[in-house]
Amino acid sequence: MVDLSVDLGFLKLKNPVMAASGTFGYGLEFQPLYNLNLLGGLVVKGLYFKPREGNPPPRLAESPCGLINSIGLQGIGVEAFCREILPWLADLTTAVIANVCGEEEGEYARVAEYLSRHPGLAALELNISCPNVREGGKCPAQDPEATYRTVKRVRQASSLPLITKLSPNVTDITAVALAAQEAGSQAVSLVNTFLALAIDLESRKPKLGNVLGGLSGPAIKPLAMRMVFEVARKVKIPVIGLGGIFNYQDALEFMVAGASAVQVGTANFVNPQACPEIIKGIEDWAESQGIKRLSEIVGSLKF
Amino acid sequence: MFQDKNARIIKTESWGNYFLLRLAAAEIAQKSKPGQFLMIRVSPGLNPLLRRPLSIHDCSGSEVEIFFQVTGKGTELLSQKKPGDHLDVLGPCGGGFSLLPEFKDKEIFCVGGGRGLAPLYFLARELQTAGARPVVFYGGQTLSDLPLKKRLDEAGWETNFSTDDGSFGFHGLVTQLAEKELMKRKPSFLFGCGPEAMMTRLAEICQQAVLPAEFSLESIMGCGLGACWGCSRKIKKNGEIKYLRICQDGPVFPAEEIIWSGD
Repeated sequence: MVDLSVDLGFLKLKNPVMAASGTFGYGLEFQPLYNLNLLGGLVVKGLYFKPREGNPPPRLAESPCGLINSIGLQGIGVEAFCREILPWLADLTTAVIANVCGEEEGEYARVAEYLSRHPGLAALELNISCPNVREGGKCPAQDPEATYRTVKRVRQASSLPLITKLSPNVTDITAVALAAQEAGSQAVSLVNTFLALAIDLESRKPKLGNVLGGLSGPAIKPLAMRMVFEVARKVKIPVIGLGGIFNYQDALEFMVAGASAVQVGTANFVNPQACPEIIKGIEDWAESQGIKRLSEIVGSLKF
Repeated sequence: MFQDKNARIIKTESWGNYFLLRLAAAEIAQKSKPGQFLMIRVSPGLNPLLRRPLSIHDCSGSEVEIFFQVTGKGTELLSQKKPGDHLDVLGPCGGGFSLLPEFKDKEIFCVGGGRGLAPLYFLARELQTAGARPVVFYGGQTLSDLPLKKRLDEAGWETNFSTDDGSFGFHGLVTQLAEKELMKRKPSFLFGCGPEAMMTRLAEICQQAVLPAEFSLESIMGCGLGACWGCSRKIKKNGEIKYLRICQDGPVFPAEEIIWSGD
């Protein structure tokens, strides 16, 4: 029997596999397909204070082994989430994490504060890295100082553990990770999507209504894994790795690169059973390797 | 909602670039209603990445059928499948057409353009079973765009055909044919599926004739489960215009709620 549990310090997960924000709705959507309590954790869709309309369609475009989206964080807002969804999620034995968004620092803090007054959440994931909400894909996670200020502000507004989700659209992701750590974030998750463009040649128009979008899926896995590797060597807080994880090998590779836990995103669309299958695959692999505690492999890259 | 990773293909038929696949998928078949769709993984590889949403064309017992046209890489791969192959199928997804008790003994128009006929065959069959009188309109650019002609002729309900070039049936658009008949026959309801321009025109005709109607919309989709909001489109609900998910809030919407892309 392999011990799959992950101790992030502020939070203990039954296994290292979480469903990533934006790909798993509010959790309920996948309930008909499997028992959500199998998951290590689930991160719900990004929440602003008010309901949000999102970007004009088309919002999705495929590229080889990848998906470009410009959804723009359409969502029900934090009040409706706490009233209609959270009571149901609170009954799960898996760690439920809310993804916190804001137009400006104050909104991030208000959303975090509102969420902390409701039972059922294990942590907050601070979404300072969505490329689809500001002109040209800009986000606070592209600047260490803006990251520091936003994290600090949320840190003061909520006592829930804080995970800061980082953007890959930067020159040096470690500088941003260190700023998040310095401001009191208890973990970082990386990476969000890569800013991308898809063109329809016939019409010479962008394939996405919002022109630019964020690339996810297997196409970004090596890039994401490199960033996880870089960040894990610099920060003291746990790193949660994501970006193109489609099978248990991908998940384990991220852990070897330095991730204490992982998130599975786009794979949920391609194979709705991806998360439980990855968990099972990890367990079988560890057993075949004679590994007693899976956490042993975190950061075990030999080089 | 079920994911059947091993739905066996039991029959394939093709006409030019139109294809029909029959799948053994008992759990999905038992729950399917007209207007719902399947999310099908077209290859075990990662390119193309996403599942393809395809209307349920027919359903009986433990079998479901899809009818589609090759329009890109995904449908191309799907068209190469042979009987005995297996597909990873998720469904039934979305809500279906309204099948109201008051349709009994009434004429109900089902208007399909090209591959848009796909969900209307299952619908017409269920309408007939429920005691309504489906009248199907099936239009295409030319005769080869009407591959289901024979199947419809044998279905036991009235089908009216149209081609833009006059090679078969009514010479003109299926919307013109439907409008002409609609004025004469005063049906109780209209269901439509097809290209956006065709449905837009049909919705105008229905509005002028004060005929209630529903249309089945199409979109690229991420999950098909309502989780990603990738297929959202402007829909008017209770006087308010919002982005709703075609996969979960649709794919069938009442005519008056749809904001057509030309508007």
